[in-house]
Amino acid sequence: MIEVVAMSRFSSWRHALSLTTPVMLGYVPLGIAFGVLCVQMGHAWWLAPLMSVAIYSGASQFLLLSLLAAGASLTEIGVAIFLLSARHLFYGLSLVGRFRGSGARKPYLVYALTDETYSLLSSREETRDPAVAFRISLLNQGWWLLGSLLGALAGSLLSFDSTGMEFALTALFIVLTLELMATVKRMAPFAIGLACGLGALLLLPQRHMLLAAIGAACLVLLLDYRRRAPRPVEQRP
Amino acid sequence: MSTDTVLLAVAIAALASLASRALPFLALSRHHDHPLLAWLGRYLPTAIMVILVVYSLADLRPLKLHDPKGTPLLLACALVVILHLWRRNVLISIVVGTGAYMAMVQYGA
Repeated sequence: MIEVVAMSRFSSWRHALSLTTPVMLGYVPLGIAFGVLCVQMGHAWWLAPLMSVAIYSGASQFLLLSLLAAGASLTEIGVAIFLLSARHLFYGLSLVGRFRGSGARKPYLVYALTDETYSLLSSREETRDPAVAFRISLLNQGWWLLGSLLGALAGSLLSFDSTGMEFALTALFIVLTLELMATVKRMAPFAIGLACGLGALLLLPQRHMLLAAIGAACLVLLLDYRRRAPRPVEQRP
Repeated sequence: MSTDTVLLAVAIAALASLASRALPFLALSRHHDHPLLAWLGRYLPTAIMVILVVYSLADLRPLKLHDPKGTPLLLACALVVILHLWRRNVLISIVVGTGAYMAMVQYGA
């Protein structure tokens, strides 16, 4: 009997492993790039794995490195990371019902919700089982942590010219933009972001540019919503 | 930059990141079908991501096309866009784009 339980536990982990393989192929190399960059920017080797546990978000971790290098204030760091992570709000909203009743696993599932984990959880039927969702989330974070640890160690042991490696952040944001545009299928949000970004870049010092641009984009999108959303007739005076 | 400053920044970033994940479950669950939230959920992430592209390119200001670092930056961006539209592989786009940029900056394009 014990053997049977052990066998099924083994095979369910193996199943989760096969589900997360595509994520592994993305997380391990990107994690290595993050770890190397973190060490090259003068931080201790343990900072990269620490960030992968505490923050656990690729885009946020890369952005934090750039904000630290630019000498941003703690307030600016907090607001910028929250706004960058705001997409998680909408992942969470679509999973509120699903995670109800996941019991003790729920806090971890909420904490470990990344873009890639969300895409697995929202597309596979068997992940309705909280145990399967938990195994997938844990393995994905394992891949990310492994990559950042390997990168940090490689970065401190090997010495090479890493000039220009910071472009990985730009490349990541370009790729994420293209992915989002493919699902949104509307040019307006792209144009609004571009106009607000370039406007803030030209008008404001670089340190304040990010928050001002995102604030302006929110405002324009709200106006766009009020203009386009159908209003119930009976609410008009 | 002292270790304490960095650790404090990491703690704040961790809180901000956790807040974005936990808020829907703590506070917003009653409003999860509000049309405004659906609207922002569909369009805000794209706008923010474009702004982040501009932010991370801010070294270009004011579009220094003749700066030795400016041209490689534009070339590498174009390469990432073309590669990604062609292959749709996140890893290839990032690794090849970054590698090309590093080569151009280090060996002079």
